[in-house]
Amino acid sequence: MLARDESPLKRTPLHALHVARGGKMVPFAGYEMPVQFPAGVLKEHLHTRSSAGLFDVSHMGQLALRAKSGKVEDAALALERLVPQDIVAVPPGRQRYAQFTNHDGGILDDLMVANFGDHLFLVVNAACKAEDEAHLRAHLSEACVIDSLSDRALIALQGPKAESVLAKLGTGVTAMKFMDAGPRKVAGFDCFVSRSGYTGEDGFEISVPAAQAEALVTMLLQNPDVLPIGLGARDSLRLEAGLCLYGHDIDTTTTPVEGALEWSVQKSRRNGGARAGGFPGADKILAQFEKGASRRRVGLLAQGRAPVREGALLFADGATGEPIGKVTSGGFGPSLNAPVAMGYLPTPLSATGTQVFAEVRGQRLPLQVASMPFVPNTYKR
Amino acid sequence: MTTLFTSDHEWLRIEGDVATIGVTDYAQSQLGDVVFVELPKVGRALKKAEAAAVVESVKAASDVYAPISGEVIEVNEALAAEPALVNSDAGGKAWFFKLKIADTSELGGLMDEAAYKAHTA
Repeated sequence: MLARDESPLKRTPLHALHVARGGKMVPFAGYEMPVQFPAGVLKEHLHTRSSAGLFDVSHMGQLALRAKSGKVEDAALALERLVPQDIVAVPPGRQRYAQFTNHDGGILDDLMVANFGDHLFLVVNAACKAEDEAHLRAHLSEACVIDSLSDRALIALQGPKAESVLAKLGTGVTAMKFMDAGPRKVAGFDCFVSRSGYTGEDGFEISVPAAQAEALVTMLLQNPDVLPIGLGARDSLRLEAGLCLYGHDIDTTTTPVEGALEWSVQKSRRNGGARAGGFPGADKILAQFEKGASRRRVGLLAQGRAPVREGALLFADGATGEPIGKVTSGGFGPSLNAPVAMGYLPTPLSATGTQVFAEVRGQRLPLQVASMPFVPNTYKR
Repeated sequence: MTTLFTSDHEWLRIEGDVATIGVTDYAQSQLGDVVFVELPKVGRALKKAEAAAVVESVKAASDVYAPISGEVIEVNEALAAEPALVNSDAGGKAWFFKLKIADTSELGGLMDEAAYKAHTA
């Protein structure tokens, strides 16, 4: 039964397959998505780290950005007006992590940008995709043609066996390095493959025409090394990898500097760089590069066994005082076999090893600021 | 010895004036892999429907409510060390706590096994 005023949930091209595999379907970003399969979150998480996990991320937005001039450099220059990253320097066949910023320096969304030689390929978050597309059209339509690739599914194959599994179906995938991206044939289908993901593991993201998605996934799942993985384990895997979840760890109120994403802003876009500034919120963000920000996203490890979850307030003292920050993501890390969290703290208290406290059910539990990723990543560089 | 159930998916084993309390196998199947259990302190006086314990899966935290009023006389320390017992033996080794029953009339509102089976069907 649908609640009043609630629009019906959308389904990805893999919906029937999820249901047939026993996926527990839940609403997520306007879609009906599997939160877990019969193996359960814990086993799905550990299987991805030891073998290979298959994720349906077709709810995410896929866009093509083409310059009207026909030159990809012009599309890159245009996109640089909306992101603080150096897009011009991304060579054909490579992709880069980026953020759309707003005039306050906040983050509208985070995304992947790939150079496909004659155009840019963008992957954005499901919950933001309509706004992102409107944002691109509003600002870049003079220079670029923007196509929403809503007729494509997106899957992720992650884990140490992802390469050997995909190599059986695809050509040229073993030669790819972390963040390589481009059109590839997989099982004869016209796919876009990138060697990247959201788990901290080596792996691939594969964009496939919607009509062929079920056939491709069925072939991948026939390999005994592969299990289907739901959103539950996707979240615990990315949390252990220290990766941000948009809308939680970063949002319109956090800048890339506050979000500890300085590494993603190349020198060419910072003060003194060849194309410094020129993106929304540049004044604030570039000033923070010089002077620092008042708060910072950090990793947090609990000293006990109790998971500290999103929304828990953080304190400097175990007994008294006002909150100094908040947990933005938290839960149990199955590979670490311990609670893991991330959140924001005043910069002076953000150094690794600093002890803080999180309020959980009326008690202040000790936590330590920890470097991320919590679990070392295994990218093939 | 009688076993009773609540609509919140807890079971109570009644022996004399003591009730041993845990969560049902149905509850553990809904929770998923349990990674943490927080138990009440021995000696705590619980009122019916009060949050008494917490059980956490990878995904979320859930409260376990006192199905009846009473004083906590024993807790299952084994659960703190091995929370996964809730998944492997919810109806047995994974009992949570024992209450000294304050008011036996509160047992009247609980379900027997047949009624609970119908409730979860």
